[in-house]
Amino acid sequence: MGIKLKALTKSPWVYHLSTGSCNNCDIEILDCLTPRYDLERFGIVLVGSPRHADALLVTGNMTMKCIPRAKEVYEQMPKPGVVIAIGTCALGHGVFDGSYVMPKTVDEVIPVDIYIPGCPPKPEGIIAGVAKLLAMLKQKA
Amino acid sequence: MNPILVYIICFPFTAIVGMLVSWIDRKVTARLQWRVGPPLFQPLYDFVKLLGKETIIPKGSSKITFLLAPLFGLVAATFVSMLVWTAILWPEKSFGGDLIVVLYFLMIPSLAVIIGGFASRNPIASLGASREMKLMLADELPFLLAVFVAVIKAGGAIRLGQLIAYQQTHGWVFLSASGICAIIVAIITMQAKLTLVPFDIPEAETELMSGVFVEYSGPPLAIFKLTRMMMLFTLPMVVVVVFLGGMHFQGISILWSILKYVVLLVLIILIRNTNPRLRIDQAVRFLWGPVTILGVAAVVLAFLEW
Ligand code: SF4
Repeated sequence: MGIKLKALTKSPWVYHLSTGSCNNCDIEILDCLTPRYDLERFGIVLVGSPRHADALLVTGNMTMKCIPRAKEVYEQMPKPGVVIAIGTCALGHGVFDGSYVMPKTVDEVIPVDIYIPGCPPKPEGIIAGVAKLLAMLKQKA
Repeated sequence: MNPILVYIICFPFTAIVGMLVSWIDRKVTARLQWRVGPPLFQPLYDFVKLLGKETIIPKGSSKITFLLAPLFGLVAATFVSMLVWTAILWPEKSFGGDLIVVLYFLMIPSLAVIIGGFASRNPIASLGASREMKLMLADELPFLLAVFVAVIKAGGAIRLGQLIAYQQTHGWVFLSASGICAIIVAIITMQAKLTLVPFDIPEAETELMSGVFVEYSGPPLAIFKLTRMMMLFTLPMVVVVVFLGGMHFQGISILWSILKYVVLLVLIILIRNTNPRLRIDQAVRFLWGPVTILGVAAVVLAFLEW
């Protein structure tokens, strides 16, 4: 396991999965990838296919329609891989709490490795969270 | 040095230099966008990471073709590199017609991508593969015309060694009216063969996600990536041999030789960073229109010995 995880911390390719967010968290994720924050320094690249992904960036409420799809995308990601839940919505339901179309939170559907709160979290916050996750993985490796 | 040794170290050498070159590509791109860019070992990390990942074979795909396609590409890229380096190191040792073999082998990585894309039974991958096929049809003709110019100049030589020897005595093919036209055509088609912007139509991230590679994961994807890195090193080397007099490794001419390759690489990176992506119909029209006409003009000029 050791070297696999180690290499993963050096080049985590992320796939962006929105499960019914208000779209603001998604915009903040895209902000992270702009030249200003330059995540390629850490080898982080946004990929278009879950098959290439090492990390799922999950945002949003996990609506009823999204539950089977989120599960499928999680299964499509080759292991080892991690899941990062971004935004208050993905943690609990945030401002949408109590809605009847959202029976579950993200971590009740797929296993989440790290939670990044905020509505929406700042790009700095997202980067800090990802850096903590990478440090955690490095310790495990 | 012994030729056998070259055959053995050719693959690791091309792979390592290919990784280095792809790092340069990413770093320069980052600097052009005012970013810091990835660390030096990034391509290696990517490769090792992909090797350690799970291989998923999509349901209903043809398993053997799906898994073998990347290997075909890798083997072809290695062969091209080997032929070219043998010709560079021992111009007299290369066999008759190896230029034609090189041209054939240069097509195989694209063919491997097409086969892999169709084998993966994914609509997006099929779409990407069909675009790659059209692109290949479009760029083969001008590229052959460009290489044909060098062959005419060297008096019908179809041996890489002969081409290098001719250029040593008569000056580079590039330094003539027909040569300049031909190298422009070669650089444009090189971009298309490497499927870099503006010709990255088969894997357009924004519309096709990753196109042909969409179903690939783990080691097969790693091999595809490695093939692309190796081609980024090998294809400009072919152009250097055909148009710019090959490489020589005595004394100061080492620097000169490396400079030729680096100039070509920088040109590729600059074109890649300053152009938007074309649509497939625009690309085919461009490659079969102005570029082919320029290629034909170059051939005519070469016949007139300009
Ligand atoms: S956490 Fe806030 S910003 Fe993010 S999706 Fe939910 S409501 Fe929108």
